[in-house]
Amino acid sequence: MSLDLHATAPPEPRPPRARTSHRRASSATKLDLKYSPYLYVLPFFLLFAVFSAYPIVYTVWIALTDRSPLNATISFVGLDNFVELITDDPQFWNAVVNTFGMFVLSTVPQLMLALMLANALNRKLRAQTFFRMAIAMPIITSTAVVALIFSMIYAKDFGLINWLLDAVGLDPIDWRANRFASWFAISTMVDWRWVGYNALIYLAAMQSISKDMYEAAALDGASRRRQFWSITVPQLRPTIIFTLIISTIGGLQLFTEPLLFTSGSGGLSGGSEGQFQTITMYLLDVMNQRFRWGYAGAVALVLFVLIALMSTINYLLARRISSDK
Amino acid sequence: MTTTALRPPTRPAAPAKVKATHRAERLFKASPLTWFGLVLGVFLSLFPFYWMIVIASRTNDAANSWPPPFLPGGKLGENIERVLANGDANVVKGLMNSFLVSGTITIATVFFGSLAGFAFAKLRFRGKNALLLIILASMMVPIQLGVLPLYILMAKLDWLNTMPSVTVPFLIGGFGIFMMRQYAEQAVPNELIEAARVDGCSTWRVYWHVVMPALRPAAAVLGLLTFMEQWNQFFWPFVVLADPSNPTVQISLRSLNTAYFADNSQIFAGTLIATLPLFIVFVLFGRQIIGGIMEGAVKS
Repeated sequence: MSLDLHATAPPEPRPPRARTSHRRASSATKLDLKYSPYLYVLPFFLLFAVFSAYPIVYTVWIALTDRSPLNATISFVGLDNFVELITDDPQFWNAVVNTFGMFVLSTVPQLMLALMLANALNRKLRAQTFFRMAIAMPIITSTAVVALIFSMIYAKDFGLINWLLDAVGLDPIDWRANRFASWFAISTMVDWRWVGYNALIYLAAMQSISKDMYEAAALDGASRRRQFWSITVPQLRPTIIFTLIISTIGGLQLFTEPLLFTSGSGGLSGGSEGQFQTITMYLLDVMNQRFRWGYAGAVALVLFVLIALMSTINYLLARRISSDK
Repeated sequence: MTTTALRPPTRPAAPAKVKATHRAERLFKASPLTWFGLVLGVFLSLFPFYWMIVIASRTNDAANSWPPPFLPGGKLGENIERVLANGDANVVKGLMNSFLVSGTITIATVFFGSLAGFAFAKLRFRGKNALLLIILASMMVPIQLGVLPLYILMAKLDWLNTMPSVTVPFLIGGFGIFMMRQYAEQAVPNELIEAARVDGCSTWRVYWHVVMPALRPAAAVLGLLTFMEQWNQFFWPFVVLADPSNPTVQISLRSLNTAYFADNSQIFAGTLIATLPLFIVFVLFGRQIIGGIMEGAVKS
């Protein structure tokens, strides 16, 4: 793997091919070999220390205080913030329910549709490149753009979806007022942006599955559906786990789409009764509207624990499910 | 969530057998259902882009009519002029800021990423594996966890509502290093480095003259993905760029949306402008971007 530098570039005796090294002091070469790698990785660790590690440690500390820009003094309150958050904060739990609801509602169809699309793209097709480009296009849009476009598609009065519903004889839906309807609308925004991306990842993994397996299965009379569930899905297991974890980390941080789903100011409250307020929206609400910084620290920590927990559960679940097949 | 991906472990492809390919081809024939699904998928993927143009080229009254308009109108230039002149959204400033921020981060990510990636792939030093582990772990931590202290830090540095606050913390991320490391491991032969060493090259010269040229394809993909990701950044700019007079373009869009009177044709002209740079990037480099996403999924 890595090169044994001391063996290939000894300070003395110098190898005959060395043309320039005689001008360099051998101690400088030694220093270069020993310490320059640290110099090369230093920029990351400097930024990481200042802008990631330090804020994380500080979050833990701040969560144990009642710090607020409105208070002149800061006092240590122990675990009070966590106790209040977990036992006495219905709005937080409402945000947790919303976040998980939208996470499930978006992730399950997203990965299923991506698998189906990838399976279709894995066939022999003309215009492969066109299809790949077209389904990958949505990733160039920002979440803000997606939210604004879909906000109009889901508009109550002149929206495209309500026009379609009307065309097939159904009643229009007030997509923002109803909890489940708003979850559905926001989930479609997430899925529109991410299905194609996940499909490409699945496609790449599918292309590395040996075609012999499909042939053998076909000889045994397995249908395409059977081949898909018995060969493709189990073979994709590591990739499915990977996309599931990435979707979990992203999905539980859901923010921009629900924020911009409300036009006008006050987007952080996530609808008139907080029907689509997510945990991240609540975090900023506590931090910047109520100025309870200590409490916001507790919200951030609990959010992180939830993400870590869900990633682990999904990992175990995905491993179980695909090994049963 | 980022537009970039880690490398998930996948099984290596078995060597293809030539004699089997003919039968396999028949096995992988596309059925009419496949075609139907694909065409539907393409339609759903592209329709919102088309719809963006339709609304952006209509008057606001026509945009809010029943049935909704399905064909583009002739007001595109007018709407773009109106949104660029909008004093609350500062779209022009937002575009310039976004170019500056995304461009700076892209250059820094490619440079520092390839440098550190080279060190992790090809150099020996104590604590290498532990450091690499920290880099991997850093990719899993959401920015929300430290958002409050980071905000306080920005206030102390007097960086609130300025571009350094959305640039400096992101100059080099774990993903860039990890991606370049993966690529350097297989794309740069050890013999090449060895030969350069024997010729008396310092580590820096090895990087600059031997490694960097070999990393160019991966550097291009990393640059494209980084630029796209940074251009679309929303959460952190939303926190630190609260003053609408100095926004990134995504924050300009937010300002358009919070206006008291929702002018949809203007908002859509704004989304069109905000998407256009990445659309051009995608048209020019779409193959590389897709290749990058797919390769990221296979190599491990």
